[in-house]
Amino acid sequence: MAENKLNPTPNLDTLEEGPWPSFISGFKELYNRTGNTMVRGVLDQLNYSYETRMGYWKGGVVGVHGYGAGIISRYSMVPELFPEAKEFHTMRIQPPPGLHYSTKALREVLDIWEKHGSGIISMHGQTGNLQLQGVTQDKVQELFDDLNQLGWDLGGAGATVRTGASCVGQARCEMACYDTLKMHEKVLTYFTDLVHRPQLPYKAKFKFSGCGNDCANAIQRSDYAVIGTWKDDIQVDEAEVSKFIEERGIAYLTNNVITRCPTNAIEMNEDGKSITINNSDCVRCMHCLNVMNKALSPGNERGVSLLVGGKGHLKVGNMLGSVIVPFMKMDDDDDIEKFIDLIDEMIDYWAENALDHERVGETIERVGMQQFLDAVGLEATPEMVLQPRDNPYFKAPYEEAG
Amino acid sequence: MAKREYNTVESGPRAFWDMLHPTIQKNYGQWKYHDRPRPGVLHHVSKTGDEVWTVKAGTHRQVTVDIARRLCDVADKYCAGFLRWTVRNNVEFTTDVEANVAPMIEELEAMGHPVGGTGNSVAAMAHTQGWLHCDIPATDASGVVKSIMDLMYDEFKQEEMPNRVKLSTSCCEINCGGQADIAIVVQHTRPPRINHDILATTCEMPSTVARCPVAAIRPTTVNGKPSLMVVDEKCICCGACFGACPAMEINHPEYSKLAIWIGGKNSNPRSRPSNMKLVAHGLPNNVNRWPEVAEKVTSILKAYKEGGRDWERVGEWADRIGWKKFFEVTGLPFDKYMIDNYRHARTSFNQSAHIRF
Repeated sequence: MAENKLNPTPNLDTLEEGPWPSFISGFKELYNRTGNTMVRGVLDQLNYSYETRMGYWKGGVVGVHGYGAGIISRYSMVPELFPEAKEFHTMRIQPPPGLHYSTKALREVLDIWEKHGSGIISMHGQTGNLQLQGVTQDKVQELFDDLNQLGWDLGGAGATVRTGASCVGQARCEMACYDTLKMHEKVLTYFTDLVHRPQLPYKAKFKFSGCGNDCANAIQRSDYAVIGTWKDDIQVDEAEVSKFIEERGIAYLTNNVITRCPTNAIEMNEDGKSITINNSDCVRCMHCLNVMNKALSPGNERGVSLLVGGKGHLKVGNMLGSVIVPFMKMDDDDDIEKFIDLIDEMIDYWAENALDHERVGETIERVGMQQFLDAVGLEATPEMVLQPRDNPYFKAPYEEAG
Repeated sequence: MAKREYNTVESGPRAFWDMLHPTIQKNYGQWKYHDRPRPGVLHHVSKTGDEVWTVKAGTHRQVTVDIARRLCDVADKYCAGFLRWTVRNNVEFTTDVEANVAPMIEELEAMGHPVGGTGNSVAAMAHTQGWLHCDIPATDASGVVKSIMDLMYDEFKQEEMPNRVKLSTSCCEINCGGQADIAIVVQHTRPPRINHDILATTCEMPSTVARCPVAAIRPTTVNGKPSLMVVDEKCICCGACFGACPAMEINHPEYSKLAIWIGGKNSNPRSRPSNMKLVAHGLPNNVNRWPEVAEKVTSILKAYKEGGRDWERVGEWADRIGWKKFFEVTGLPFDKYMIDNYRHARTSFNQSAHIRF
């Protein structure tokens, strides 16, 4: 193998063509500047994967002192072919909620990462982690210690509470009905032990979205989806409504706001310049607020809805989270404490009762929602269902059935 | 190893407050509304009267310290040293000086980062690790993203779709890439090939058996040693067992294919969040550019762009025109494998006389 030169990677070179930024060009630039042979080895192995259409990484156990999770170990299955890529572990770092960075803090991470590892980063992985990709086992502890001294901690992996995700939040969005960033920081800090030491049936994910637009993709991809909402009426700025109608026209308002409302909660008034919202029909879907963003705002009595049980494919198929708590106010630290107490109950029940590799949504499906609600001490409410059961076979205890 | 001097602080997520631009700190929770002066730029106005402009740019997704440092340079020059990433790997630069917007766009584009991804654009793809770093992938992810986003480059920079379009790609059926308006997901088409020589020493057999969603795995004895077998008729080729037991190799250079799913939507506006639906399968894992996949994605987007109404997401458009017409206008063939035969399948059947001719 050539000492200071990249090896030919004909398959990857074609990924340098075209207008979108090319990660291959980025890797080559990194190698040419640093001469880090791990980068060359990874390019070689990736090119081999393209050639043979198979992957060549296997897992193992790599960790730092006192932790049981947070580093994804990757050993090459073909080290004899690619000795430079023999070890290529990833350190998962919990980023700041909302993925906001100061360049000062980010540069510190970049410098530490270049010192100990490959210099390849993913900003961010699908679980929301800042991923430092490509470190050897002997460098892992120093790498972590250097970062930890600056306030960075590892994220979850395996059967743990995973790194949380949150939308941009009140930092830069007028729709955020609660402080997603603060809640993310507090909840995940509380569950730190469960993030670091695998002791659960399987993964447990929290995602925090400030409104029903769900920019953090919570309902589809998290066990505990915290969605901002409000209880009272949508705030209407009458002057802005009439300005909107003047500028866009009545047809636009009709076709894009009134008829798009899923519950027909909006009516045009006789004057042709204003609207009436029947708030008792509103399901807080966010559509009219998105379109008439200057004229309409969420109500004042704000808080969160909690949807539990969302997850991806394995093992029983996609599930969306479903409503467990229709509304909880989320104004201060006490409210966050109450939320954490409730989640503690849910995690306890799930940890006791789940099968191996079973997410909480699957546990609820298996044992039944009634049993889950009893176990965590919640009353059944109509917001939890689209409709009551249409299946006639059911049994209630004698004292309740009469 | 040398004696360790440092005691770990289990600090949890990195504190966020000092990661925020001063104008954002000052107006935290005070924002009134926003608009979009042009594709790729957001303009937020606060109740205090303060304003900020945000420029959004696409990235390589797999980046390096060099790329991230250059992005930091831009943030230092125009944004008081602050920047933000999005969940789809875009980078956002927020400034309180409107005059910074134009030079910032020019600089980012000169660096090769397209500015766009706002409003009704085709956003950057969410994706998985692929051959670069995952231990169970049947294809690459960064390469698929590069190939598809090259074709979507103009649609990323414009806002010409009926509504926003989110794409994702996943390199195995675990689907870490997620659901999206259009999701490309690997589809295994053969049961796992079992390496009996290493199975007993590599895998925990009961948990591998339990991992199977259709109870297709059974204990058996091979050459006098305990091992596992798969009942081919039951196996749905999901690859769940491979995650538990690497001796049950599911990936194959030829038989691992790609499938396209549409209509996944996590947001609540208008229609409820929805799961993705299968519209194409058995597409070859054709490196380096996946032309068969790209062609199908392009034809779906073309039909959606032509036929979708304002604010309709891809799945909402298909629901309105009907799936029969969806397959007509996209030119994709419908076949019996698109009829669900797993749990609760009946709820996906047409239980009405509502039929389009």
